[in-house]
Amino acid sequence: MSILVNKDTRLIVQGITGNEGLFHTQQMLAYGTKVVGGTRPGKGGEWVLDGKVPVFDSCKSAVSATGANCSIIFVSAKFAPDAIYEAADSGIPFIVCITEGIPVQDMMRVREYLDQKGTRLLGPNCPGLLTPGEAKVGIIPGNIAIPGNIGVVSRSGTLTYEVLYALKLQGMGASTCVGIGGDPINGTNFIDVLEMFERDPQTEKVVLIGEIGGTDEEKAAEFIRTKMTKPVVSFIAGQTAPPGKRMGHAGAIIEGGSGTAADKIKALEAAGVKVAKHPEEIPSLLK
Amino acid sequence: MKLHEYQSKQIFAKYGIPVPKGRVAATAKEARAIAEELGGRVVVKAQVLVGGRGKAGGVRLAKDPKEAEEVASAILGMEIKGLPVRKVLVDPAANIEHEIYLGITNDRAARRPVFMASAAGGVDIEEVARTTPEKIIKVHIDPLLGLRDYQANDIALGIDLPREYWKQFGDICRGLYRAYTECDATLAEINPLVILKEKSLSALDGKMLLDDNALFRHPDLAEMRDVDEEAPAETEARKHDLSFIKLDGNIGCMVNGAGLAMTTMDIVKLYGGEPANFLDIGGGASAEKVAAALRIILSDKNVKAILFNVFGGITRCDEVAKGILAALAEVKPNIPMVVRLVGTNAEEGRKLLADAKMITAETLAEAAQKAVAAAKAAA
Repeated sequence: MSILVNKDTRLIVQGITGNEGLFHTQQMLAYGTKVVGGTRPGKGGEWVLDGKVPVFDSCKSAVSATGANCSIIFVSAKFAPDAIYEAADSGIPFIVCITEGIPVQDMMRVREYLDQKGTRLLGPNCPGLLTPGEAKVGIIPGNIAIPGNIGVVSRSGTLTYEVLYALKLQGMGASTCVGIGGDPINGTNFIDVLEMFERDPQTEKVVLIGEIGGTDEEKAAEFIRTKMTKPVVSFIAGQTAPPGKRMGHAGAIIEGGSGTAADKIKALEAAGVKVAKHPEEIPSLLK
Repeated sequence: MKLHEYQSKQIFAKYGIPVPKGRVAATAKEARAIAEELGGRVVVKAQVLVGGRGKAGGVRLAKDPKEAEEVASAILGMEIKGLPVRKVLVDPAANIEHEIYLGITNDRAARRPVFMASAAGGVDIEEVARTTPEKIIKVHIDPLLGLRDYQANDIALGIDLPREYWKQFGDICRGLYRAYTECDATLAEINPLVILKEKSLSALDGKMLLDDNALFRHPDLAEMRDVDEEAPAETEARKHDLSFIKLDGNIGCMVNGAGLAMTTMDIVKLYGGEPANFLDIGGGASAEKVAAALRIILSDKNVKAILFNVFGGITRCDEVAKGILAALAEVKPNIPMVVRLVGTNAEEGRKLLADAKMITAETLAEAAQKAVAAAKAAA
């Protein structure tokens, strides 16, 4: 078992003919993900990657031809909200948006719309997710993780890679690794994923990687304290970040004294979570 | 991106919000001319992108144009919280009966815009928010429906606004909501919104923060950025689409990914060093971008060592290595450099850097410790 994606996931790639879309489609196929199609308005009927993947003009036609149940979005920030609406309207239940830089007011409208439709979104501004040995939907390098019993959830991209790699070096594997993204408003938050890990029989332990800004880690701490039986280890990035400055991720900003790393670490420790001083310390805390 | 008071009020005026008809001046003489034009008493206000101007003496009344010139001259020489005052706004003085707070911002937890209003407006609103939060009413807006008329009434009712002002107040709420959505603001605030003795409302002060991610669809607003108010290195970084924040330490950091960049700063500090910056070269960073990033780090004279930490995913380590080599050939830095490459094409990257006499590291902890030691030796 795993969460959200597995070997049966049927994936379409929105923006498949762009540089990033094409490169990562190739990587996902090589990993074994069932990429059943892609979309690019105006290029329907073509094939990419030596005739391996058909291109459609719209999500609707891609879904009806392939039976896709998951979509990944690689289009630029300007067009990404429309791509999300399109995927949702074509009946896809799970959408992963890699795109960085979507305006926050667009995301408020997108999230409201998806909630009304009952569609799940992961991201935006995220690395996607990886169920080692089964499927990769996103840009996490496949070779840095092995299958195992640790669920990983993170707001970051490359920092998550560090953690997966540190686990692998100790022979520890992941059930699923989920990057929820670094934006202030996203589709799936820590609690959603923690809930899935708690229910997933393969997952025995959980790693939560947070960062400054917002109160999602505090809410996750409350959830862990009251609802979780599986042990959780955490790391929070941004302990040295100055207030009022946006640290790269649109969501990583300490505002009006709230959202500091110290507050988050305190809340997590109070919930019984072991918090690592640096990412390479995580494997030893899981033992 | 922060807008000045005068810029915010210009935008408010476009959306039908009544604002005083003052203008901005860069010299005391200009301030005097504006005061003469306006006639009567004026208020001269420092235009800097920090709060607490009034308490720092950056907002002063003047009874006539001559005094306006004197006051402007004093304010234009000031520094407020380290920022030199380069412009003043000269507004006609208002006859204030009552001060209200009205603002709209993104409520991150609720994932909706939220209107906030209080009958206790003015300079102490933050104190009100801290000590008597019940005096601030909040009305959340459905982002798909927008502000409904009944909600504007709810806000007026919530702050006990006399009924004679409800219509004008509703228009101001609608104007503010349009300004907030159409400019992609993350904050649009009127503090104070005053009831004048003349029995009408006026936005005496205004503040807007804009979403940097949305500036692509607002070229006119992007031009309003006041680059005088930020560190030159940050302006340069933005030009190259790099995310950079200057800090006070002596270890320059170049990292791919925001979370990892923060973590690299944290771990430098954990091992007794002080990071000189936050720098995220982003995903898929090209050689040119890396070279620009290195130049920016080296423009800080405090930097005694540089730590490169690259975990290749989309970013390919050999591309980053090429960028480092190109930058080294150009700027020839004379300081120790620690490099750690892991992930996509790391081996190729390491080979490229083999002759560059850099200190190499396998793990994040090792890289940080070596950078801290190198900086201490060089200091």
